[in-house]
Amino acid sequence: MSEYFVIIFGSIFISNIVLVQFLGICSFLGVSKDIKSALGMGGAVTFVMALASAISWLVYQYLLVRFHLEFLQTIAFILTIASLVQFVEMFLKKFMPPLYKAMGIYLPLITTNCAILGIAILNITKNFTLMQSVTNGIANALGYTLALVLLSGIRERLELSNIPKAFQGVPIYLITASCMSMAFIGFTGLV
Amino acid sequence: MRYTQEFTKGLIAENPLFVQLLGTCPALAVTTSVNNAIGMGVAFTAVLIASNFVISLIKKVVPNEVRIPAYIVVIATFVTLIEMLMHAYVPALYISLGLFIPLIVVNCIILGRAEAFASKNNIRRSILDALGMGTGYTLALILIAGIREILGGGSIMGLSLFGQNFQPMLVMILPPGAFITMGFLFAGIAIIMRKKKGTN
Repeated sequence: MSEYFVIIFGSIFISNIVLVQFLGICSFLGVSKDIKSALGMGGAVTFVMALASAISWLVYQYLLVRFHLEFLQTIAFILTIASLVQFVEMFLKKFMPPLYKAMGIYLPLITTNCAILGIAILNITKNFTLMQSVTNGIANALGYTLALVLLSGIRERLELSNIPKAFQGVPIYLITASCMSMAFIGFTGLV
Repeated sequence: MRYTQEFTKGLIAENPLFVQLLGTCPALAVTTSVNNAIGMGVAFTAVLIASNFVISLIKKVVPNEVRIPAYIVVIATFVTLIEMLMHAYVPALYISLGLFIPLIVVNCIILGRAEAFASKNNIRRSILDALGMGTGYTLALILIAGIREILGGGSIMGLSLFGQNFQPMLVMILPPGAFITMGFLFAGIAIIMRKKKGTN
């Protein structure tokens, strides 16, 4: 049980996927306009990341390893993720329209989100079991959501403050992210 | 547009990182040292040139509906090739870049150039465009890495600059340093852009 705690705590706080590992920066800067859309994106990423971790693990262990095709990892994973996102989108549209309405617009953004592919590859490099991979996927997605919600909360306040013209927009978000990252670095060495 | 312009536009006017704001993840992650930045830049440029070349070749064969998956497979193939080559010939660089070599696949610049340029232009233009964009991205990475390595390590490409008594700002090598360097660089670029617009 303690190993799962280490994975969860480690992925959310110590090596936060956005602020320490630099995955998913594009959407971190793009979809953090307000807390509502940050939560929508976070939900969509959590959903896809959990599924992608499980499926890519199965593809690797039962297809690639079995036929000694480990070198095809990158191609296999990106195709798995792209078709998974497409499938999730069609499934939600057909069977859960309210949920589709809430996260539909974020789903196409997820295919090229390096966080999903990054975690799928990390699960393999770290030799995780299926359960550990899914735990790692969900924990990292929660870490992503946390970072996104924190930044969007700060951005809502930045709207009202007087920022020098050159720093308006992306520069000030990056500097805000730097301060957040410094706070997260404080967790280093806890586990 | 003249052929030389296809090359030069990627360097400054349409620089993929500083002007188009693409490919920010590796730009933050691998810029801890200039060596890493050059390695990443070269690998990235090689993949971009090869994929632009092939996509420009097959642009008329691929049906419009499945073009994005087809492009992704082309890009992923070259990324796999580069990954294996780097593993074999530059193992130290392979380890320090780590996860970010396979992640070249999802770098928006490559798919962006494939979709916006290579699928519409001839082979020569596509290769020049890739070379320009790749060089522009590499230069941007070197600039960020240079600032971070000088401030955070007191060295450049492993050569010590300030002697024994220099106290490096360790935070510049750590993740927060990446964000703050990029933040200030983008602010500087915003100033330059506004001045340029003012004079025109």
